[in-house]
Amino acid sequence: MKFILNGEPREVTAHPMARLLDVLREEFGLTGTKEGCGEGECGACTVLVDREPVCSCLVPVAQVAGAEVLTIEGLGGQHPLQRLFMDEIGAQCGICTPGMIMTALSLGPNPRLDEIRTALAGNLCRCTGYAAIYRAVLRWSGGGAPSAP
Amino acid sequence: MKSPLSILDLQRAESLDQAVGILRQEPRTPIAGATDLYVALNFGTLEPTRFLDIRGLDELRLIVLEDGVLTIGALVTFTEIVRSHSIGNHLPMLVEAARQVGGLQIQNRGTIGGNIANASPAGDTLPVLAAAEAIVILRSQDGARRVPITRFYSGYRRTVMRPDELIVAVEVPPIDGRQYFRKVGTRAAQAISKVIFAGVKGRAPGVAPRIALGSVAPTVVRAPRTERALAEGAPIEDAVRILEREITPIDDLRSSADYRLRVAGNLLRQFWANP
Amino acid sequence: MRSVGASVPRKEGIGKATGEARYADDLAFPGMLYGRVIRSTIAAGRIRSINLDFDPAGFTIVDHRDIPHRNIVALIEDDQPFLAGPEVRHPAEPVLLLAHADREKLNAARVTIEYQESAPVFDPELSPTTFKDLTIIKGDVDAALARADRIVEGTYRTGHQEHVYIEPNGVVAVPDGAGITVHASCQCPFYVLKALKSLIGSERPLRVVQTETGGGFGGKEDYPSILAGHAALLALKSGRPVKLIHDRTEDMAATTKRHPSIVRHRTGVTRDGRLVAMDIEVILDGGAYVTLSPVVLSRGCIHAAGPYRCDDLRIAGRVVFTNTPPNGAFRGFGAPQTQFAVEVHMDRIAEELGLDPVAIRRVNALRPGDTTATGQVLRPDSSAHEVLEEAVRRTDFLKKRRAWKGTHRGIGLALFYHGAGFTGSGERTLRSRARLALTGAGVRIEVGSTEIGQGTRTIHAQIVAEAMGIPYDLVEVAQPDTGAVADSGPTVASRTCMVVGKILEECGVEMRQRLGPLSPAEYFAHHGPLTVERIYEPPAWIQWDEENYRGDAYATYGWGCDVVELELDPVTTEVRPVRVTAVQEFGRPIHPALARGQIEGGTVQGLGYALLENVVMKNGVMANAQLTNYTIPTTLDTPEIDVVMLENPYPGGPFGAKGVGELPMDGPAPAVVNAIRHLGLDVREIPATPELLARSPVTGSAPLP
Repeated sequence: MKFILNGEPREVTAHPMARLLDVLREEFGLTGTKEGCGEGECGACTVLVDREPVCSCLVPVAQVAGAEVLTIEGLGGQHPLQRLFMDEIGAQCGICTPGMIMTALSLGPNPRLDEIRTALAGNLCRCTGYAAIYRAVLRWSGGGAPSAP
Repeated sequence: MKSPLSILDLQRAESLDQAVGILRQEPRTPIAGATDLYVALNFGTLEPTRFLDIRGLDELRLIVLEDGVLTIGALVTFTEIVRSHSIGNHLPMLVEAARQVGGLQIQNRGTIGGNIANASPAGDTLPVLAAAEAIVILRSQDGARRVPITRFYSGYRRTVMRPDELIVAVEVPPIDGRQYFRKVGTRAAQAISKVIFAGVKGRAPGVAPRIALGSVAPTVVRAPRTERALAEGAPIEDAVRILEREITPIDDLRSSADYRLRVAGNLLRQFWANP
Repeated sequence: MRSVGASVPRKEGIGKATGEARYADDLAFPGMLYGRVIRSTIAAGRIRSINLDFDPAGFTIVDHRDIPHRNIVALIEDDQPFLAGPEVRHPAEPVLLLAHADREKLNAARVTIEYQESAPVFDPELSPTTFKDLTIIKGDVDAALARADRIVEGTYRTGHQEHVYIEPNGVVAVPDGAGITVHASCQCPFYVLKALKSLIGSERPLRVVQTETGGGFGGKEDYPSILAGHAALLALKSGRPVKLIHDRTEDMAATTKRHPSIVRHRTGVTRDGRLVAMDIEVILDGGAYVTLSPVVLSRGCIHAAGPYRCDDLRIAGRVVFTNTPPNGAFRGFGAPQTQFAVEVHMDRIAEELGLDPVAIRRVNALRPGDTTATGQVLRPDSSAHEVLEEAVRRTDFLKKRRAWKGTHRGIGLALFYHGAGFTGSGERTLRSRARLALTGAGVRIEVGSTEIGQGTRTIHAQIVAEAMGIPYDLVEVAQPDTGAVADSGPTVASRTCMVVGKILEECGVEMRQRLGPLSPAEYFAHHGPLTVERIYEPPAWIQWDEENYRGDAYATYGWGCDVVELELDPVTTEVRPVRVTAVQEFGRPIHPALARGQIEGGTVQGLGYALLENVVMKNGVMANAQLTNYTIPTTLDTPEIDVVMLENPYPGGPFGAKGVGELPMDGPAPAVVNAIRHLGLDVREIPATPELLARSPVTGSAPLP
């Protein structure tokens, strides 16, 4: 089965019913996508499939045949949101951060705070109380002031 | 993930005809959005080991509005429902349900056909479809079969579908009246429902409202006696008493029978008090 | 080049945001096996037989007879085994360990255990075994009660709380020469080392390395020792690396939780609201083994009278046994439970006397020079009145309290404090160490404190940079590896900045003296390496009588006042917090953005504790051990949190800093319940679910159908 992973065509040898999460982490060694619950509740496993955020712990790998999958590694460390998450302390322990960033990528330009909250409702964070995550996302889209220390 | 992979078998359907042909040959569980699949496998509530991936059947993704009849393909996702102008104009209570089914990630994959087939008493779209008097369109090698959603469920997590049938669409006749939807969940987002209420309130007096509820019985239910009482002009407090006898909520991990009963009554009052 | 007090770039690096940070499950080693724990399915009884119903080829199987040294998890009491046999004391107790290279075979292996069951104890008030009790006495409470104008009584309850660190527990144990190295998601690598030594003995070299850890909150203080022991046993027997990661359900079902509490107050007051007598009973449910319960009880009792003056009091506490999985550390460690009770009780006292919640606190809140429940004289770094007045002013509390009466809106507050560091003589006993090592480029911090999201490396580096007068960029922080760093004590009890940071400050000052005018690189080039290591010295004035629980319980306290504004939906009896104001004083922030993160995150975790998080226990088993059914706050459950950080330096802390990790946890639950009480619902327990509100008695003019 073939698909496009982080911009590159790849072939999968895993069982068709293997979870996309496990294929990414084990067959391709991309451990940036995390398993927090295996139930589709926490969003730590979020990747983009054809530009839509999905929980990779719920996707049978056969269903991404021919699709474009983007993981946190696919951003190459260069996406402004990645720097902003560190600067604004949007990441404390960091385990939810890759999934949070991938979902945030699906936001349009200049989202309002309520749109950000709704978009991220499927990504759980236990450390930050979410406020610093909003600050990071608002700074990215130019919708907020830099936080005062 | 706990379930063994090696005993699972997945076949992909390339066309609807091929899909129903396969289902005639052997029992396979269709999967589409798969948002419940691994949870059910891991917790042992899903036995079958042979699956049919129907997600590629584009003919089941259409949303068609013709002569006031809205036909929604089984593979239409919750995100597509939220974005659809036709559904927004004709069945806004379905848009409300789709928005609340879970976070974005679930909305992007989950389908209306899956919600119907999963047969959960807490299925978020089911009270909407019941209040809308929707018809489930099934297909098999023998052709199409139409089953009203209100006759689709035969018991807790049981449908009248035959093993060789596939849900292909749901058809909603024109609705005259104001639509109401409220899901009371365990938290503000990404929540399992405790009580779901969907209703249609006719604009002319004497027109019976349609009232459907989820999570208060083994299946989604309409409340025909409550509807009739209100149509005949009964006071709302009498209607609440009748509703309380038409539903059978239970105590479970998420809530209590008493609470569900109380909230169902309050939702009815809120529904009826609004113009 | 000021570093302390600025929100400098974090030392933790960008790896968390790029996916490069490696957590336990991201590690792989050649020849690695996967481990699985077989757990008891009964709450109490004895194991009669264990039947292995699978082909043992390729399996490593370990039971309690394989333990080389002692089958005891070394912590406080020697009562908890690593593997049960034959006695079982709680559901999900570990019995047998399996490992295999093939996860499918591993998970398919059927193990049938036959038990002889005995009658379990689930009600803490009926428990036949008390793990620990203690009594704090000040003055003569019975005489004072007899003199009081009014007596107000109440019973308050809190339930379990599950940590839900988004990364479940996990370790990898790797044979390393003659010994074992365990890579662990943990808060206290030296605790894990101690537990491994007890299990395996000291003949083999043992080493623990902390992996990047995805949240702890106390849930990875002691539990990882057990997991590490299990993985190490499998690694020893197989000679292969063994990865043992819990999935979410196993983690929730089997690991520690916050102690549930029942707290009873009997309080004597004067007509004008002055507290003259406080008689308090605290009961904590410890679960099946002692673990950290005595210390949780201790902290809970010390804080049970709240931040108030009272000359005559008695706090009698006990933590008891039940046949449930052992409870353990969770942010706040007893204080959230007992301060929930006292703060709701204060509002009830105010109601009875016709006073408002601010007035009753203005009359009684502690000031510098006052004595606490244990007789500690508070020093100038005490800010009860300051946080109270700021919170009241900022939220226009009194006006809203009057205006919203009888409506669907409620406003409530809670005043609280939290001792920083280990109780009493704890820090002296710990003798924590910190080490600074000169490198060719700068200086390296070698401490056992762990970064678990709170920014440990960053604030430690800031403190050292400031103390040495060198650029922050020249300071690096070693990964906590028991083979390479000093034992700085556990990363708990809000001590990482205040205590370990203090030792580091002193190390920095000493190293500065030794370097003279030279930069680290210059000194290294001329003189070679240099290491400074120091032991923590608590302030000399601390006097603590452990026998009688009297004296200076903590070197200093953080202070807080939270105000919660919420709205009731009468149709569903759901309450929605609309705004939370958290005014907190913790000395001064070393890194303001990190400190703010602790307050925002802790406050939201407290809101979950108050409203959403309900552990449903059925016969000792957590029946809702899935994230679908144990609900923590999402973005849409979380209101705006307005954070105000007041300063009042603690002279014994690094640059005046106290601890802040746990303080924010004490305020939200009572503030939420006090706001619900403002609505007219007589709630005295949490979680204050809609179901509870629907059946709560109504006081005054409650707007409910």
